[in-house]
Amino acid sequence: MSLEDPRTIRKLWTVSLVVLALLVLADFWVMRDPHHHAHFGVDGTFGFYSWYGFGVCAVMVLVSKFVVGLILKRKDTFYDD
Amino acid sequence: MTDAVGLPPPGIILVLGGLLLPLLRGLGPAVALLLPLLTLGFIWGIPDDLTVTMPFMGQYDLTVLAFNPPTKVFATIFAVMAFAGALFAHPITGLDSERGRRWRVELPAAFVYAGSAICVTFAGDILSLFIFWELMAIGSTTVIWSAGTKAAGRAGYRYALVHFVGGVLLMAGILAKVFALQGAGVADPLALHHFFFGAAGFEGLSFGAGDAAAWLILLGILVNAAAPPLGSWLADAYPEASESGTVFLSAFTTKTAVYVLMLLFAGTQLLIYVGLLMAVYGIVYAILENDMRRILAYSIVNQVGFMVCGIGIGTAMALNGAAAHAFAHIVYKALLLMSAGSVLYMTGKRKCTDLGGLYHSMPITMTCGIIGALAISSFPLTSGFVTKSMINQAAADEHIALAWFTLTAASAGVFLHAGIKFPWFVFFQKDSGLRPPDPPWNMRAAMIFFAAVCILLGVPGLYGPLYAILPFPAAAGETLYAPYTVPHVINQLQLLLFSGLAFFALLPVLKRTLTITLDADWFYRRLFPGVWQHLLRPVVLAFREFFDYLFGNIPQMVKDTVYSPPQEARMFKEWGLGGAMVVITGFLFVYLVLGYIAA
Repeated sequence: MSLEDPRTIRKLWTVSLVVLALLVLADFWVMRDPHHHAHFGVDGTFGFYSWYGFGVCAVMVLVSKFVVGLILKRKDTFYDD
Repeated sequence: MTDAVGLPPPGIILVLGGLLLPLLRGLGPAVALLLPLLTLGFIWGIPDDLTVTMPFMGQYDLTVLAFNPPTKVFATIFAVMAFAGALFAHPITGLDSERGRRWRVELPAAFVYAGSAICVTFAGDILSLFIFWELMAIGSTTVIWSAGTKAAGRAGYRYALVHFVGGVLLMAGILAKVFALQGAGVADPLALHHFFFGAAGFEGLSFGAGDAAAWLILLGILVNAAAPPLGSWLADAYPEASESGTVFLSAFTTKTAVYVLMLLFAGTQLLIYVGLLMAVYGIVYAILENDMRRILAYSIVNQVGFMVCGIGIGTAMALNGAAAHAFAHIVYKALLLMSAGSVLYMTGKRKCTDLGGLYHSMPITMTCGIIGALAISSFPLTSGFVTKSMINQAAADEHIALAWFTLTAASAGVFLHAGIKFPWFVFFQKDSGLRPPDPPWNMRAAMIFFAAVCILLGVPGLYGPLYAILPFPAAAGETLYAPYTVPHVINQLQLLLFSGLAFFALLPVLKRTLTITLDADWFYRRLFPGVWQHLLRPVVLAFREFFDYLFGNIPQMVKDTVYSPPQEARMFKEWGLGGAMVVITGFLFVYLVLGYIAA
């Protein structure tokens, strides 16, 4: 089994997606826990940490690449002379 | 309070011992491993209420040894770091090999640097704090230069200039405050408590917009904390040091700045926003970066951002979190840079585009790198989980929504830009065809040691000793903070693993390119020299005879010094009398202008 093998990669994706789905469902359990507090309202709702984690990362990647990168990216020989 | 005269602060062992190392010849490398342990023993051996003073200029006393609330946690980790760094840098190939010759310069410099950082944490007055703060700059610049490459020579030169400016800002602020205190008839104007500007924290003082001294001191410290736009020196200089030099550099400058900020500016609201800016800036720049050690350099800024934000929040929970996180951060960041340094040492390559697939042949380097990556991402059962969450908790407790949502986003972003990106592009990604073995035993041992610390600190029940030395320890019978609750563990896993999903879903966008991203160092690397070259120099040349008469050869020298940072040989020559005169003249000029404005 090699990590470069497409079948291995497909298996890894399947396992990962199952784990992610189970993690989202775990909120049913978490929301009944006595330590569960919402400090700002939305942070106590079902699935908050899952969509927030995915959403902010997607935004950060896209903004980095297509806004900051577009303006400030240069060839890595820029400072060589 | 116990007073002892003549006892030096613990960091002096490293400063003086380090300077003696090259004289010990073959015994040097072994002694280098003992000195940090001796220092650590000293730090823990002296009673917490001991102060040592020495007379200064007749009428003042310098307090060179005193325990401030965050002293113990910072001094301890600095000493541990010096040990692990010395182990990693051990000249395994002998003192006459290339690595050995570099060691003879780099390690003494690193020990002067680490020792003065420890001395800063023990300083009981502002002047001894400043002296060791500046000594750190000298030590760290030498660490960068000792890499011996042309790029390191230039980067070290820029690094020295930036820290020189930061030091001048700090000194100007200190002098302004000391003169004001003297004017008010204060008997001990150097005492540290006069400089506690924070609104909360250790003393109930605050400062306003018109208090120039506080602002200058804050700016001087923020240069060292690498807050943008004052912090581009970090990602510029650190990755140019040697594989072991960068490990040392990652630990002391920014974390000493965190220590001093905590002492002087705890509860200063502005720092919340500075910290949040640092956290986001670090992620954005790291996402775009291709050099593996520069990715990790940007992530230092990101992590120090969490600490600075915690200092801005200023509650006991937030300050404990910032101090604990500094402790954990030094270990996992050094571990990550050891892993990257091992790859660099074994392959000679530093760009993600040239690396990949190293899991085939470097299992220990990969495993330790991944443990560091999990710890920086604050995965449950690692050190980051029990430290960083205190800062988030403080933001939630104080209902600072902007801070909480940004820090939570940044926590997800850490996993993306450092936690996955570094191991993925170096050890997996594509098969680069490189099959280097793991590095020599000393580098493996240093990595395994720090990987173990990352995990042990995160194990429930084992983080107690760290919590016990924080600035605000829990009262007897009370719990300082309980990281392991079901919601905290599950929510953290959700946040991180969905961040991971975003990484792999957006992998085509994240593909590495042969690029850099412009930062504030562009101003002094391109804009200012360009203005000189294309605007001012032609004017000067046009009036050459007049200027020659007026200034002698000064413009040519400024041009040489500023425009083309010279090769090492020339560099030292230029800092002779002429260079010093230019600098002094510059200061006198600024002083005159300020004097006129004030009058």
